[in-house]
Amino acid sequence: MLEIIDLWVEVDGKPVLKGVDLKIPRGETHILFGKNGSGKSSLLMTIMGFRRYRVRQGRILYQGEDITHTPVNERAKMGIGLAFQRPPSIRGVKTRDIFNFCNTNGVSCEVLADRFQFSDLLDREVNVGFSGGEIKKSELLQLLLQDPQLILLDEPESGVDLENLEVLGKAINKLLEKYLWRQRAKSGLIISHFGFILNYIEADAGYVLMDGRIHCQGNPRELFRGIQRHGYRECMECQR
Amino acid sequence: MPEMIRNRAEQAIRKKAAFGPDVDLEGYRIVGTRDEALDLDSLTREERNKIAGSGVDLEEKNRAGTFFMSDDRVLHCVSSQSGLEVMPMATALQEYPWVADCYWQAVPVDADKFTAQAELHFQNGYFIRALPGQRVTTPIQACLYLKHESMAQNLHNIVIAEEGSELNVITGCATAPRIRRGLHIGISEFYVRRGAKLTFTMIHDWGEEVMVRPRSGIVVEEDGLFLSNYVSLKPVRSLQMYPTVRLTGPGAVARFHSVLVAPRGTDLDTGARVVLESSRTRAEIISRAITTGGRIMARGHLRGLQPEVKAHLECHGLILNDSGAIHAIPELEAQSMGAEMSHEAAVGKIAEEEIEYLMARGLSEEEATATIVRGFLNVRIEGLPAELQAQVDRAIEESKQSLL
Repeated sequence: MLEIIDLWVEVDGKPVLKGVDLKIPRGETHILFGKNGSGKSSLLMTIMGFRRYRVRQGRILYQGEDITHTPVNERAKMGIGLAFQRPPSIRGVKTRDIFNFCNTNGVSCEVLADRFQFSDLLDREVNVGFSGGEIKKSELLQLLLQDPQLILLDEPESGVDLENLEVLGKAINKLLEKYLWRQRAKSGLIISHFGFILNYIEADAGYVLMDGRIHCQGNPRELFRGIQRHGYRECMECQR
Repeated sequence: MPEMIRNRAEQAIRKKAAFGPDVDLEGYRIVGTRDEALDLDSLTREERNKIAGSGVDLEEKNRAGTFFMSDDRVLHCVSSQSGLEVMPMATALQEYPWVADCYWQAVPVDADKFTAQAELHFQNGYFIRALPGQRVTTPIQACLYLKHESMAQNLHNIVIAEEGSELNVITGCATAPRIRRGLHIGISEFYVRRGAKLTFTMIHDWGEEVMVRPRSGIVVEEDGLFLSNYVSLKPVRSLQMYPTVRLTGPGAVARFHSVLVAPRGTDLDTGARVVLESSRTRAEIISRAITTGGRIMARGHLRGLQPEVKAHLECHGLILNDSGAIHAIPELEAQSMGAEMSHEAAVGKIAEEEIEYLMARGLSEEEATATIVRGFLNVRIEGLPAELQAQVDRAIEESKQSLL
């Protein structure tokens, strides 16, 4: 589904990714761990295609196609969807409008919003005055409407209370077609800071990103246990 | 008394205005053409469409009164509600001697050459008044129309919301189709008496070479509310105005909202000044400005003279074209320890982050930009009657096409 080959990326002239290699097969969900500033968000933003993230070297292949220089909206149309960690607020534009932009399959925004207790926010301005949890919910609902093939989630659990974590977990499982087994077509790459997400979804692989490089990869639960026990210092030394 | 006023005007006739480019008053005709029909029926379909764009409904549906002035002549003036007076200014001055006491009280006659001109070459204007306790919720409309090339309008208007009354006035200013050059001087004095509410909505649709110099003064008494909405989305050579409100009684409130678009060749110099002279008074000045090539000065001045006053000034500007410019000049002046005053100004291009956020949802760059601009202009004005909000929305909706 997604293959990243020796990816070097700069933001405002400063290197943020320094030779990342990654492969996510169809139907698999991978988790990205790492400290603040390690380059996790930069990797997701680069996969989505934001202009600030300038690819200096390397390639991004999506479904076998080179998308390294494809514009953001084209990537969205090809089936890549990103839930932002901190999306911008847009004054004067209603959340309902952005939901409608995402909605390509004729799903009813109202029904979906109702199911996720989001109805009251539909007529509010996009992200203006939203709580942390409301932002995450809004992002996930947008992805549910967009129905992408490759799902990129940037810290979907941060700022969310326990009660809502479960609701969001359900939404993510639905997005990733976790209810399917053989026929599952959706793939995911999820950034997790606290690993809570592992309690709600099954992941196939995990990586630790440090200083713009992947330092470690393996079973996500084992990786996370290691990080909990020894911190990221251990990953620095370990070269798995 | 009238002589004294006249003398002051004569002395100020060459006095340049504090802001905005100077205007040669000699270059415009003061007396209009006299050889045509004198009523609204004489307006062509094309003219009617143009006038409708400035929020004036010539069918007079859902209007409590109408005043229509074409060049220097009043074509139509009617009030259809008891407790509401709508009359030409000249008539009001004759019928009510006391009106002279409100004349040149909120605006000084010798402020500049434009106020002087409105005194020395007065043509007419509207007088609108809600009697005490009368709540006239249906809007009253006034249309100030420049029909002939190079005409000057020198108007003087007075609006009075008497104690406990409510008035909603919508003023549409427009030029006839294909008229490019003209001068509009409009003196407006507003008196909001104790506990009264006055909403004043003005939509401008002038010609490309028209010079516009409104001069407004507003006095709001105890617990009175003055709400002003100003919309200018079409080209105009130069518009300069800086209405001043005095909140003279405790609890008085003034709010200004403006939506400005400056196409190439347009120079808008606008703002509002509120003097919070009494305790518990409140003021808010909010403007949204977009340039697609023109120049915008967005001014604002809040003066808090008493404790327990609260005031906020806000200007947001979007530059959609490199040849355009926006200059925001917010001023706060507090002369009392308990005054609470703030301002917020942000001017620039559309945030790339916002565009790309929408692009990540599948919109093209152009669609994303259009969505953000539309949102930027989408101003909900608190306390504005639905009919007037619809009028404002309509004007904005129509101009969006040419904007993007």
